[in-house]
Amino acid sequence: MLDVGPGTAVRVRGMQPPGHIRTPHYLRGKAGVIERCLGLSGNPEQLAYGLPGASLPLYRVRFTMADIWGARAERPDDTLDAEIYGHWLEETV
Amino acid sequence: MATGWKKPSDMPHDHHDHLSSSGHPYRADNDAPLTYWQTMEIALRELLVEKGVTSQAEIASQIDAMDARSPADGARVVARAWSDPAFRDRLLHDASAASREMGFDIGALRLIAVENTGDVHNIIVCTLCSCYPRNLLGLSPDWYKTREYRSRVVIEPRRVLAEFGLTLPDTTTIRVHDSTADMRYIVIPVRPSGTEHLNEAQLATLVTRDSMIGTAQARAPR
Repeated sequence: MLDVGPGTAVRVRGMQPPGHIRTPHYLRGKAGVIERCLGLSGNPEQLAYGLPGASLPLYRVRFTMADIWGARAERPDDTLDAEIYGHWLEETV
Repeated sequence: MATGWKKPSDMPHDHHDHLSSSGHPYRADNDAPLTYWQTMEIALRELLVEKGVTSQAEIASQIDAMDARSPADGARVVARAWSDPAFRDRLLHDASAASREMGFDIGALRLIAVENTGDVHNIIVCTLCSCYPRNLLGLSPDWYKTREYRSRVVIEPRRVLAEFGLTLPDTTTIRVHDSTADMRYIVIPVRPSGTEHLNEAQLATLVTRDSMIGTAQARAPR
């Protein structure tokens, strides 16, 4: 499980699991930077089915529009922040 | 000889057919069958009431409490932030605590305030569903929940903002915030110029709902 601080470079895992997922498709596989840590939060992928949700670190990750959309970006250095759970992130170098 | 009497076809309320006895056409009402989820909601609500978990009165009072919330609450928070630098800092640090400090009953809302400046413009969306800080701002506008707004604003925020009548210079960085999990967001718009003499209550009248979503700037003073 990822346990990192603000400024850490990360990548959203490109997984395609079924079920109730709070990681938007358009961010899967994309690289960003931790904007801030939001503490621990119950895993919605379990809570959605009435299961006890494991406590996971929740992060706000900042992506540039170029990171997400490549050459299609309207303005490459505009940004998008999203909340992503730790098990969806891997640290990049 | 004129009698003043008009035959029915000349009456202003004549709509040819489908008239109720009042002379007005029937309006569409809850005429369609319930959807699956409407049926599910009613069944669940009735069970909860039947088992004593809640009551119809409690549900009605919760609906009243939600309807009583409005963008005016958020506007007061923004106006305080414009007027009181220490409050602004607390709001940026923990927007839930700062809102409660002003006496707003926001429940379990986990709120993040993001501040517009001369160089940065923030805009809020929930691409997965329609998350909105309704415990502070009341119910969201219909467009906020549309697939069009939700899908386009993350790809072409500048075009979307232009359609809202807000064209930002290329020197302004746009930060889109997608509420994908537990947090909700409120934008602190830029305080309009020429407002130095206004008090907090007057400032609050300049803060519109859309300016706290990020699809507009705060209103200029008259």
